[in-house]
Amino acid sequence: MVIAIGFEGSANKLGIGIVKDGEVLSNCRRTYITPPGEGFLPRETAEHHRAHILTLLKESLDVAKLTPKDIDIVCFTKGPGMAPPLLSVAVVARAISKLWKKPIIGVNHCIAHIEMGRQITGADNPTVLYVSGGNTQVISYARGKYRIFGETIDIAVGNCLDRFARLINLSNDPSPGYNIEQMAKKGKRFCALPYVVKGMDVSFSGILSWLEERLDNLKKDGYTDEDLCFSLQETIFAMLVETTERAMAHCGSNEVLVVGGVGCNVRLQEMLASMAEDRNAKCYATDERYCIDNGAMIAHAGALLYLHSGETKWEDTRITQRFRTDDVEVTWR
Amino acid sequence: MEIIEMIEQGAEARVFNVTYLGKPAVLKERYKRKYRNPLLDEHILKERMRSEARGLLRSKMAGVRVPAVYMADIETGRLCLECIDGITAKKFIDKELEERGVECNDSLFQVMQLCGESIGKLHSDNLIHGDLTTSNVIISEKKPVEVSLIDFGLSYVSTSVEDKGVDLYVLERALVSTHSSADKLFEQILASYKQTYHSGAKEVLHKFEEVKARGRKRTMVG
Repeated sequence: MVIAIGFEGSANKLGIGIVKDGEVLSNCRRTYITPPGEGFLPRETAEHHRAHILTLLKESLDVAKLTPKDIDIVCFTKGPGMAPPLLSVAVVARAISKLWKKPIIGVNHCIAHIEMGRQITGADNPTVLYVSGGNTQVISYARGKYRIFGETIDIAVGNCLDRFARLINLSNDPSPGYNIEQMAKKGKRFCALPYVVKGMDVSFSGILSWLEERLDNLKKDGYTDEDLCFSLQETIFAMLVETTERAMAHCGSNEVLVVGGVGCNVRLQEMLASMAEDRNAKCYATDERYCIDNGAMIAHAGALLYLHSGETKWEDTRITQRFRTDDVEVTWR
Repeated sequence: MEIIEMIEQGAEARVFNVTYLGKPAVLKERYKRKYRNPLLDEHILKERMRSEARGLLRSKMAGVRVPAVYMADIETGRLCLECIDGITAKKFIDKELEERGVECNDSLFQVMQLCGESIGKLHSDNLIHGDLTTSNVIISEKKPVEVSLIDFGLSYVSTSVEDKGVDLYVLERALVSTHSSADKLFEQILASYKQTYHSGAKEVLHKFEEVKARGRKRTMVG
């Protein structure tokens, strides 16, 4: 039995969670929210994390009704992500690992999303659609690694949504993606946008610049912000579902799991479920507690890693901005 | 036309074994997808079908082995194609690697070279396949062995070096994620690609390296 505490702070969410053998005891989170029209910048995000991390640590222990001596291992996000926020969180994780004299484990953020998704939904060997602000990947497990079958060849899907939200000045509270989702529900008129699929890969930057260039004209033509949110979601989600299905057909897979922040979009979940139904496959998804970056997933993946490969060497506990999903040896499957 | 059985359900079409005018043939039927917005769906289905028919014809004229088009009906989304006997390159590679390994495996290397040659011919003729995976290459194990390309729904005509580079990148990624010893296989493909497409391969490969770096070096945040 292992009780693991996990620290996450690779982007604008700061999360600390405690997990005991896959059972979530606490999963606390603070989000750094910027004014409309602005994205989050590395330095300010790190300042936010530094300001809240100790309160959040106390909160996560209180919710779990535990004290530091009950914790067996300390896990933190090693990467990928923005360097300053990653670093501000890793420093605290390293400090408490020394203070509390507990083993420390550096975790790949993407792997944590996948393993948490499998744990919560019970999916066995799914094709994984990992969609967030920084990542867009279609992943499947083979030969000891999570292999990337498809991915964006430029910006991530969440980044595309966030930047469109900035373009039409939508609020970042609670998140730009959530606000686009709500607007899209009221959209009626479909506007044909570029649809870019290359095999199992996708591209979003062209859609964004297409919209940037034509925004004024589209509005003159009577398209409302709601219509554009609706059209954007329908188009980019269709691209994601199509490439996921291509990967499923290529791998002969009959399960699909969606993880990552964009994965809690209900419309995307509906579309994936409909695709899965067409090919007698099962579709798994989680809600915002686990889709959006959180500490529990880091704790869970860290515990798996610890049980099968032991702790991370102290000199390897530095962070890295670039850490690909297929760099990790999956020793626990 | 008489439908015998469904062979496969791909990402956009169902594929059936049929008899067409007394001959064995393959029917590829693109069907409406409920998950997609109806306007988008209709647009995609028609465009893919058009691309496929045109791409197949152009490939044949460029000297690449592809199924012949017997019939195309854009209203029903049905395409009737020549039946090619063989297995997918995915199955063939796995079988060869398991039985004989990658070292000195002449039949495997020969097939990889034929793949490279086919892709080289496509690119010489400015046709981009758009979905080069080992599921979309058919190997007919006769003497001599034959390699055919299928699934041209994402194909298009382009002279751009970038498009050709991305085409190779898609293939490399499909190989690396699906098969072990992928680097050796890809090496063989590239070698014969260069020979076949001597006028432009150098530029394309340069672009390919660039596309590859873009993918791997892109910072992945959150």
